[in-house]
Amino acid sequence: MRSGIIAKKVGMTRLFMEDGKAVPVTVLQLDALQVVAQRTSDKDGYTAVQLGAGTAKTKRTSQAMRGHFAAAKVAPKRKVAEFRVSEENLINVGEEISAEHYLAGQKVDVSGTSIGKGFQGAMKRHNFGGLRATHGVSISHRSHGSTGQCQDPGKVFKGKKMAGHMGAARVTTQNLEVVKTDLDRGLIMIKGAVPGSKGGWVTVKDAVKKKLPDGVPFPAALKSAATEAPAAEAPAEGGEA
Amino acid sequence: MNLIAQLEAEQVAALGKDIPDFKAGDTIRVGYKVTEGTRSRVQNYEGVCIARKNGKGVAGSFTVRKISFGEGVERVFPLHSTNVDSITVVRRGRVRRAKLYYLRSRRGKSARIAEDTTYKPLKG
Repeated sequence: MRSGIIAKKVGMTRLFMEDGKAVPVTVLQLDALQVVAQRTSDKDGYTAVQLGAGTAKTKRTSQAMRGHFAAAKVAPKRKVAEFRVSEENLINVGEEISAEHYLAGQKVDVSGTSIGKGFQGAMKRHNFGGLRATHGVSISHRSHGSTGQCQDPGKVFKGKKMAGHMGAARVTTQNLEVVKTDLDRGLIMIKGAVPGSKGGWVTVKDAVKKKLPDGVPFPAALKSAATEAPAAEAPAEGGEA
Repeated sequence: MNLIAQLEAEQVAALGKDIPDFKAGDTIRVGYKVTEGTRSRVQNYEGVCIARKNGKGVAGSFTVRKISFGEGVERVFPLHSTNVDSITVVRRGRVRRAKLYYLRSRRGKSARIAEDTTYKPLKG
């Protein structure tokens, strides 16, 4: 199990493919995504990486979090999230993850906070049918109707679907396809819609219900590895000459 | 320019479509790529453009209406679709609406559009 990522939802657009298909995509951006801390089985009883994304102003970061970021030697982050990983997929603190973490065609699960809808009726919130337009129905065309039985049980069962607060809850959309990644700008384009509003933070993980494709980078696609590789090549070429 | 607008502008540039200047009321011919099995060919579809939507960007589209065997047919084409091979303006029409949906309820003589004889090409 490898780490997921934290990304910012930029917005939606469409891509025209070679075969003439237009694919609706959500653009997610990786913004200074770094490992802030590690959780190890010795110390914490489980293994995970804590990632941070975005840039926060130091003066608006609490003293406690400042200390936490300072210990990791990273700049203060806007959003921090933990991802469970297996022991061999732990990433060193301070490493930066790049957009190549996901491959085009791969399936991912995306979690985010859905757009708040406020207090909504049963029709919008739970897809109830409402009451009839005529035949004696008055003032209650959009009501939920009956909520239970009679004197026995004499109460409304807990969990009964009724009007109430809708949205602004954590939502996960499973098995979304990665269409394209852009390493330079740190963009990941995902087919279809993703929970949350533009500018909101989402977490992306490998799909739990699909097999991981071959060639996925382990433990993660790191920026340090990308810069080291060309640096290693350059002296080798020089040596030959 | 925000990131989405930038991405869309890049995609429009990358697709490199040569889209002529046309508007609702113009008669246009669209070469549309049709794939039959493994072979693909270009099919021409000619009619009156009755609407353009969502501007010139990557999301732009236009509707072409024609009368085929006595039956009105409308097709919507995305401006930048890779399936749209070519767009040619056959005739410039003079109309006073941006959307010519009123043509749907008309037949024959009343569905005609006067030719715009004063058309000036866009500069540059």
